[in-house]
Amino acid sequence: MLSVNDDRLAKEQTTPEAGLLSMQTVEKARLVATKSTKSAPYSEQTLWMLAIRDNRDKRAFGLLFDHFAPRLKGFVIRAGAPAGQAEDIVQDVMLSVWRKAHLFDPERAQVSSWIYQVARNRQIDIIRKEGRPMPEALKAEAEDHEPDAGQVIALEQETGVLREALERLNPDQRDMIEKAYLGELSHSDIAEATGLPLGTIKSRIRLGLERLRHELKDLRER
Amino acid sequence: MSEQISHHIPDALMASYVAGSLPKPFALVVATHVSMCDECRANLLAHEAAGGAVLETMGEEPLSGDLRSRVMGALDEQIDVTPDVAETPRKGVYPGPVMAALKGSDPKWKKLGGGVRQCIVDMGLEGSARLLHIPAGRPVPEHSHGGLELTLVLQGAFSDATGRFDVGDVEIADADLEHVPTADEGQDCICLAATDAPLRFRSFVPRILQPLFAI
Ligand SMILES: [Zn+2]
Repeated sequence: MLSVNDDRLAKEQTTPEAGLLSMQTVEKARLVATKSTKSAPYSEQTLWMLAIRDNRDKRAFGLLFDHFAPRLKGFVIRAGAPAGQAEDIVQDVMLSVWRKAHLFDPERAQVSSWIYQVARNRQIDIIRKEGRPMPEALKAEAEDHEPDAGQVIALEQETGVLREALERLNPDQRDMIEKAYLGELSHSDIAEATGLPLGTIKSRIRLGLERLRHELKDLRER
Repeated sequence: MSEQISHHIPDALMASYVAGSLPKPFALVVATHVSMCDECRANLLAHEAAGGAVLETMGEEPLSGDLRSRVMGALDEQIDVTPDVAETPRKGVYPGPVMAALKGSDPKWKKLGGGVRQCIVDMGLEGSARLLHIPAGRPVPEHSHGGLELTLVLQGAFSDATGRFDVGDVEIADADLEHVPTADEGQDCICLAATDAPLRFRSFVPRILQPLFAI
């Protein structure tokens, strides 16, 4: 289990590149976010996605595209897409992100996790023609549901910890994990011990689910 | 939502489900179990976060000059998006994913021998998934299987040499295990069982007849 390197996290949040990227839009999105969440210091990615979800903000979408589209192209090429089709898939996935934005819930998935899932679902749909079995969705939350900012931020941080852990693995281990999540390994070839510390983020998500269950129960009993 | 589930989906299966590489019959068991188990729902989301970390750290590939403008230009298009398939609701002991596999109708049971009935819900090159209905106190015909077998309890409980399995529990049996799951007394047991290879029953059906019985 790896521990959080606080210095590194703090440095990352204040790098000048991140700061200069889009002060205006981030400020705008922050204003939007403040309306519903009080002053939550969310990451840029989360603020973009919330602006897309709640305001259909194309400028925020452009920033999200600039960040994720080149990575998605790398991702689908690694996953075996012919170079000629890679950009069609990237286009398809990014448009799905725009159209399915109403399903984004920062309390349960950080932006990269959510986009990963949209990308996998699109690729599976294309390959298999029929979707794979999906779990029952959690029941829609109350209209006046106020996102738990602490939960959103904790999830962002835990996702950052996972990313750093991945970057610190030795190349062979990292390659195996990439293959596993790109869908290139069968279940019997995926080692139980992946080398990624999933325990903390899992407990954090579990707490969020428990809270949601309680809210739903309260709603039913009201 | 059962609080006492003690046999869960292992990480390797969950990672494979999240990545889309899990054979469909197993994916059905995972989706059904997650519908019953918040512990595994949290684990599924944790594996999606790991997938997100892989995406985030993936080497960037340069895009052609017009990709951005093509995508931005398509944002307002009213295309026929394949509508999100309306979720099939749970019915009785059958969670949504099972009802979806049954296309919304009640299971059509076929006799398997010994009072046990089955209903195939998915059959293909990747294996098969079936519902098993085992009368209280009765055993499932002894069988071994060429590959992995996942058995998820939807009603009642069963026990075999490896332990006891209650509603929501998943038994993971590999190719070597020859087991005789026996339903607990008191209530008929209904399970969702999936294999990635044809089942071989030892006593009830000669192997040569198996194709006819689709088991
Ligand atoms: Zn579970």
